[in-house]
Formats: sequence, structure tokens, C-alpha cells
Amino acid sequence: MSKPKISNQYKYGFESDVPSDQFLPGINEDVVRAISAKKNEPEFLLEWRLKAFRHWQTMSQPNWAKLKINPIDFNAISYFSKPKSQADRPKSLDEVDPELLRTYERLGIPLHEQKLLAGVAMDAVFDSVSVATTFKEKLSEAGVIFLPFSEAVEKHPDLIKKYMGTVIPYKDNFFAALNSAVFSDGSFVYIPPGVRCPMELSTYFRINAINTGQFERTLIIADKGSYVSYLEGCSAPMRDENQLHAAVVELIAHEDSEIKYSTVQNWYPGDENGKGGIYNFVTKRGVCKEDHAKISWTQVETGSAITWKYPSVVLKGDHTSGSFYSVAVVNNCQQADTGTKMIHIGKNTSSTIVSKGISTGKGQNTYRGLVKVAPLATGARNHTECDSLLLSEHCGAHTFPYIEVLHPSAQVEHEATTSKISEQELFYCRQRGLTEEESVNLIVNGFCKTVFQELPMEFAVEAQKLLEISLEGSVG
Amino acid sequence: MFKINNLSAGIGGKTILKEISLDIKPGQVHAIMGPNGSGKSTMAGVISGNDNYEVTAGELLFDGKDIKDLDPEERACMGVFLAFQYPVSIAGVNNMVFLQASINSIRKYKGLPPLDAFDLIELIKSKMKLINMNPDLLQRGLNDGFSGGEKKRNEILQMLCLEPKLVILDETDSGLDIDAMKAVADGVNAIRDDQRSFIVVTHYQRLLDYIKPDVVHILKDGEIVMSGDYKLALKLEKEGYGWLS
Ligand SMILES: Nc1ncnc2c1ncn2[C@@H]1O[C@H](COP(=O)(O)OP(=O)(O)OP(=O)(O)O)[C@@H](O)[C@H]1O
Ligand SMILES: [Mg+2]
Repeated sequence: MSKPKISNQYKYGFESDVPSDQFLPGINEDVVRAISAKKNEPEFLLEWRLKAFRHWQTMSQPNWAKLKINPIDFNAISYFSKPKSQADRPKSLDEVDPELLRTYERLGIPLHEQKLLAGVAMDAVFDSVSVATTFKEKLSEAGVIFLPFSEAVEKHPDLIKKYMGTVIPYKDNFFAALNSAVFSDGSFVYIPPGVRCPMELSTYFRINAINTGQFERTLIIADKGSYVSYLEGCSAPMRDENQLHAAVVELIAHEDSEIKYSTVQNWYPGDENGKGGIYNFVTKRGVCKEDHAKISWTQVETGSAITWKYPSVVLKGDHTSGSFYSVAVVNNCQQADTGTKMIHIGKNTSSTIVSKGISTGKGQNTYRGLVKVAPLATGARNHTECDSLLLSEHCGAHTFPYIEVLHPSAQVEHEATTSKISEQELFYCRQRGLTEEESVNLIVNGFCKTVFQELPMEFAVEAQKLLEISLEGSVG
Repeated sequence: MFKINNLSAGIGGKTILKEISLDIKPGQVHAIMGPNGSGKSTMAGVISGNDNYEVTAGELLFDGKDIKDLDPEERACMGVFLAFQYPVSIAGVNNMVFLQASINSIRKYKGLPPLDAFDLIELIKSKMKLINMNPDLLQRGLNDGFSGGEKKRNEILQMLCLEPKLVILDETDSGLDIDAMKAVADGVNAIRDDQRSFIVVTHYQRLLDYIKPDVVHILKDGEIVMSGDYKLALKLEKEGYGWLS
């Protein structure tokens, strides 16, 4: 059997000619102050950033993950880059630099509302700033706030002050502390009580400028009895240097509300020999604050040289539920160490974990997950399913499930499988007229099906295509 | 229609098939019988392009063209269909999705547009009826948890939908109850015409009561040791293979 290998046809690797206003590389308190000043932030936010920065300086980069990471020189990174044309925040799309609009068009994300997927509102973040947010009016009619983070700071400082850092304190971990100090932009969502958000909300992150890091923050609050589905996508040009992306995402689900958060991560993965690519260190966590709240994370991770992320749910209220559905693909020299934490605190809480790892080339794929049942959490249930598919000789799949059960009534199940595509399977498909590549695609898509089903419909097809593109030209 | 000339093939340096020749005319049914391990499945695999086997000599002429070096998918698209003795299961792949991919891949090769979902369901449903197949099986994983008989029926369903020119049935009757065997035979007979040819590998003469062969061959130790008409199958049923040596 010839070995299928996911190809390196990264289709989003172009660079846009957009003059930018960029800080010199380096990090210190002045840089933190300068970022805050650029954004006209209120005093409390600057103070918070500075506290985070001072704390970050006392920390060191974690090394417990199963990852080989080149040393990162935090002083070689520029912490702020903004397209010049965005100097005065454009009021409408007509004022946005056409080159920026073309960039998003090439990425398959036209920002003109009439061309957009019906039913999806989009916030487009380019390097450190948000360049456009669509369907603002339609959303505000429903009382939904969907804004670039920096604009939300100006318009709704009370909400920011109330919620920011409550799920992921700046002390949480090294990368969260760094983000808290230097975060640039991101998205803010607030769904008022009883409102079902009338459309999918989506943010597309694009890194363009060289030597910059992207440090966005997303904060989503679903008030009592509300519902929202949110999707983020991302990509970056092909470059020989590693670029750092350290984001923080906080979700707050109040009583009886539901947040569905989906990610299609397609950052530049580096070349065949592992040169270049994004270092993706992300902290994502949601809290089901009150009873009957639900949070669901779905992620399709195909890009990045290194992925380090564990979207988690704290099940605080009674009868709350959390889920994590993940597909992670590693090829060539890509490494992923990803998984989730489900923290059961309330009574009768439940969590579901479905992780599908696909590894090829020399890729290393690690699932790392914690299921914790607190001492007073009666009636907690968890089901974990962890499947690995190996497509080459030299790739690796690793599973580290941690289970801490402190209440005897808990039901915690863990299933894990590792499989390969057998010669018999391939021959069977080919005898039915499918090429080797089509056969592999079909089998891989089947393998990921339970995760893709969790994505919003518009994006399930996209995710499937993305997987197929990454598998294109890879067999034979 | 399909001609095998002096075919020798083996695996890992070991010869299994020795100088086999067959001449199958359009519309004919050839039965292949023979003891376990005599090389019947090997022959089926070699014809359909399983590259585990090495062809060391001979030709496989399909409509006059030697297909010996073609990929299995190309042979499938040209019209070679193998109903496997042991069909694989692929749990994650939906049976219907698989059938759709297969049908459309072959249609594409023929320069036809893909079937849309409605036409596809129509087509599949009508074929399932023909062989009395439980419609629930369509929404399961490919052969996933199927009983032996259900797997064999699924093979016949694929055959009916793909309308191949040369069908190889490798022990499709083994393990079937009488009704299922009749259903399989009905499926085969439904698409028999003066162009389509069949190679029917079986251990039991009973299937041949339902699918009347034009020629019966006996394969032993990788060689065709005798060919005859339907009566040869009757003799084997009574006397076994002992008298051949
Ligand atoms: N991968 C393999 N490695 C070694 N020997 C093999 C391999 N595949 C087949 N053979 C051998 O080739 C011979 C023919 O096998 P084949 O499966 O073609 O027999 P068959 O006639 O189909 O038997 P049955 O009636 O039991 O299905 C057997 O002796 C078998 O052990
Ligand atoms: Mg056999």
C-alpha cells in the first residue's frame, strides 16, 4: 500500500500588500501602555494589563506538553500591527481599504453583506485590529451586541469590567498572562435574556504582517435563557519564521442558556521540513454559571506548526452540560497537544468528549484531557471517546486521559481506539471505482463524521473540503 | 468479451495460479469450482487488480485490451465488478454515501453527470426491492455489523446499481439461507443479458440451479484441470474432487 500523506498545498499562504503601522519588536511596560493608549482604553483596563504583564514576567513557559518547541524570543515579536488605512476606524465597508476586502474575498469570505452566507454575521480581524463587522444593525435590533473587542471596551465598559478575566484570570497560565498584557483585538458578544441570536456569529482572524504575534481575546456572554452559535476561522501567509498566536476565549453561560462555539483552525502549518508555521497557544474556557446552562466546543484543527489548546468547561450550575468535539490533523512536522478539561462542580452535570486525531507524515498528535468531579458533585456523568487514525509509518498518536473523581456517584467512561486504513479497505473502495485519494477522503470523513455533525451546517461542508484539500495530491 | 491467456500469478514469490486460460463470450456465465485453497479468490483478485498479487505471465484481455497493468479503480470504471468473498466493514462510512460515491465515480468515468439525491434514492430503492433487502441497512456504516447474508446482499445491491460488464461472484452463495440465495440469484438474473458476462465462484451446485452456467471449470492447485457443462457441477456435488487425481 502506498502511504497517504497529507500534502502541503496551503491555499491561504498569500501575503496582502497592506501598509501597516507596526510597533518595533520587544515587550516591556511601555509597550503595554502604548497598546492601551492606541485603543483609548479606560484606566481599569490599563491597570489590568500591567498587573498581567508583571505577573507574566514571574512565570516561565510551560513544558509539560508533548511538544518540541523552538525557544521563543518574546522580544523579537512585534505586539501591535494595524493596517494604516484603518487609522480612523471605518464606519462602513465603503471606507475599508479595497485591498483588505480583496484579501478576505480571496480567503473565501466576502465581507459585503449581500455576498455573505445568509444567516452569518462576520467580524474580520486583520493582524491586531478588527476591519469590519457585518450585520451590526440586524443584530442590534434583536438586542445582540456583536462588536470588535476594542469597540466593546469603549461602548460597554461595564460589561467588560464585569466579565473579563472571570473565567480565565490573567494568572491562569503563561500564555493567558501574556495575552492579558498585550491583547489587541477580538470579538465581543452579549446575548440578552431570552434572546435566540438570529444568526450565526463568526470571526475570521488573519495574520498578515511579518514578525508580529496575534493576541486576540474573545468574550461571549449568554444571558439567562439565551442561545448563540459562534464560529471562528483563521489563516496566515506562508513564512519561514514561526509566528506566535496566543489567544484567550472566555464563555459565560447564565441560567438555561446555551453557547455553541466552533473553530476551524487553518493557520499556516509550516513546510514539509517543519520550517515556519504558526505557534498556536490558546486558552479557551467556558463556565456554565447557573443551572441548566450548556456549552459546547467544536474544533477542526488542520493548521499550525504547534497547537496547544484545551477548550474547557466548568460545570458550576446544577444540571449543566459541556461538550468537546474535536478533529485534529497533523502532517509533516506538525505537532498538536490538544484536548479539554471538564470540571464537574454542580449536581447532575454531564459532559461529552469526542476527540478524533488524524496523523500522517511525521506529525505528532496528542490528546490530553481532564475529567474532574468535585467532592459535592453528585450524579456527574462523563463519556469520553478518543480515536486516532494513523496514515503513515512515522507519525505518532498519544493519549493522556486524566480522571479525578472525588464523588462516588460519578459515572465516567473512557473509550479509545487507534486504527489505520487497511489495504483491504482501500482495495474494496478502489474496486468500486474510487481512486486511492477518494477512498482515503471518504474513510477520513467518515472517521470525523460525529464531529462535523456538530458544526453549523454552512461550515460542515467547508470543514470537509478543508480536510480534503489537506489530503489532496497526497497519495500514490 | 473477456479472455485470460496463460495467466500465472502468485504472492511473495510463491506461484498460485499456473497458466490459466479462459474465454468468456458476451452474455456467458462461467462457473469456477474447486477445493479450498485452489486459487479461486486469487483469480478473482488478479482480474480485479488487487496488487498484492504479482502477475508473472499472461494477459487479461477485456474487450480486447490488456488490463493487467491498470489500477483497480480503472478496471472497475471499465466495468469489472467483484462481489467479495469477505466484504470489509468500514464503520464510519455510511453505506448510502459509499454507494453514491461509487456510482458517481463510475458515471464520471463514463462522462455522465452525477446522480442527484432524488434519482439516487429512487435507483437504490428499486434495486433493493429486487433482492428483498432491508432498507435500514442503507443508513448503517458500510457492512458495519451486517450479518454474513446481509453483507452478500449488499454486494449484490452494489452490482445492480453499478451495472458492470463483467461480474465476478466469489462465493456469494456461501452462508446464505435458501431465500437469500434465491434473492441473490434473482439479482443476477435481472441483469443478465447478451452483453454482460459472469464468473461465478461457488462450492455448491445449488446456486447453479438458479443461475444456469454455460461452462463449468474445475480449478485445482492453481490450474484449470477440467471444463465442461452444467453436468460437471452435478458430478462434483455427488462425488467431490477425489476422482480428479
Ligand atoms: N497473502 C497470502 N500469503 C500467502 N499465501 C496466500 C496468500 N493469499 C493466498 N494465499 C494462498 O494461495 C492459495 C489460494 O488461495 P485462495 O484464497 O485463492 O483459495 P480459494 O480457492 O479461494 O479457497 P476457498 O475456497 O477456501 O475460498 C492458498 O493456499 C492460500 O493460502
Ligand atoms: Mg476463496
